[in-house]
Amino acid sequence: MGPTYWWMLFGMALVTYIPRMVPLTFLDGKELPPIVSGVLSNIPYAVLGALIFPAIIFVQEGNILFGIIGVATAFLIAILGGGVMPVVLGTIGVLAIYSFFM
Amino acid sequence: MKNQFIAGLKAGLSIAIGYFPIALTFGLLAKTTGLSLMEATAMSIFVYAGAAQYISLNLISFGVDPVTIVINTFIVNIRHFLMTASLNEKMHRAPKWVKAIYSFGITDESFSVLATGKEEKIPTAYAFGVTIIAYGSWVIFTAAGHVVGANLPEFLQVAMSIALYAMFIGLLVPAMKGNRKVVMLAALAAVIHCIIYIGELLSTGWAILVSTLGSAILIEIIYARRSKNATVMFKEKEES
Repeated sequence: MGPTYWWMLFGMALVTYIPRMVPLTFLDGKELPPIVSGVLSNIPYAVLGALIFPAIIFVQEGNILFGIIGVATAFLIAILGGGVMPVVLGTIGVLAIYSFFM
Repeated sequence: MKNQFIAGLKAGLSIAIGYFPIALTFGLLAKTTGLSLMEATAMSIFVYAGAAQYISLNLISFGVDPVTIVINTFIVNIRHFLMTASLNEKMHRAPKWVKAIYSFGITDESFSVLATGKEEKIPTAYAFGVTIIAYGSWVIFTAAGHVVGANLPEFLQVAMSIALYAMFIGLLVPAMKGNRKVVMLAALAAVIHCIIYIGELLSTGWAILVSTLGSAILIEIIYARRSKNATVMFKEKEES
């Protein structure tokens, strides 16, 4: 790839690190208004919803069934009380069986 | 402090295992895109952002110019502004340089594990534990994927593409149980994102940002108004 690649990598590293670092270091110890901190405490759950849908449905291009089976399996294992690991490995397992026979 | 670090490593283990298939697949794709082992691994070491790395491979294979790739990376990662600002409210206080170090390890997954935990305040050592084990897994399995990924059976490679999302579901569902607000937050963000997606209104990075923020603000307003009404009703009852 050559030196251009390494410059690009440097740029990518920088623009990835800034959004991670700036709020944690520069907001430290600052009291935010209650409505702002209320919104911020909502972020973890909202972002999970936005990260999962709709991307999970289209994870295998042109095969929506794959995504739907994945969603159903993961939710089922999670609702039954499986932790993160059983959910991940169980869903991969079910989809591996599905992909093997398709 | 040592105990907190170990507790963090344990909590981060689920991420490390979840990263195994995702990083492996990244390493494999990087190889097919034409990156050397060193180039692929260096991206995981220095950038360390799953979604952005996958997208960059896609763009590299289309011959997109490096500046555009960097701008794209930034847009995809803007959501971390929200996450770290949110996390800051929950973290123990620590010197700026210490926070600057562990902030490098904040990803969608480590953020979710830290932010959805039961603790009122998160100890710094715990955050280090969670982020270090996840980071280690990401880097090591990127390299492993580059070296051996192509030897994995095809059906397994396909199945592993679900890992990232299964993990998000595994983090979300326990928090949803018995908490209507969490259910509404996730559902509304998902609906907004789907609308943006179907209408092709925004690129993925912006879409995640807008749907997250939109849902978090709207639900907060609804709940703030509701609790205000509740107090008003309570007062009226007392007066009558």
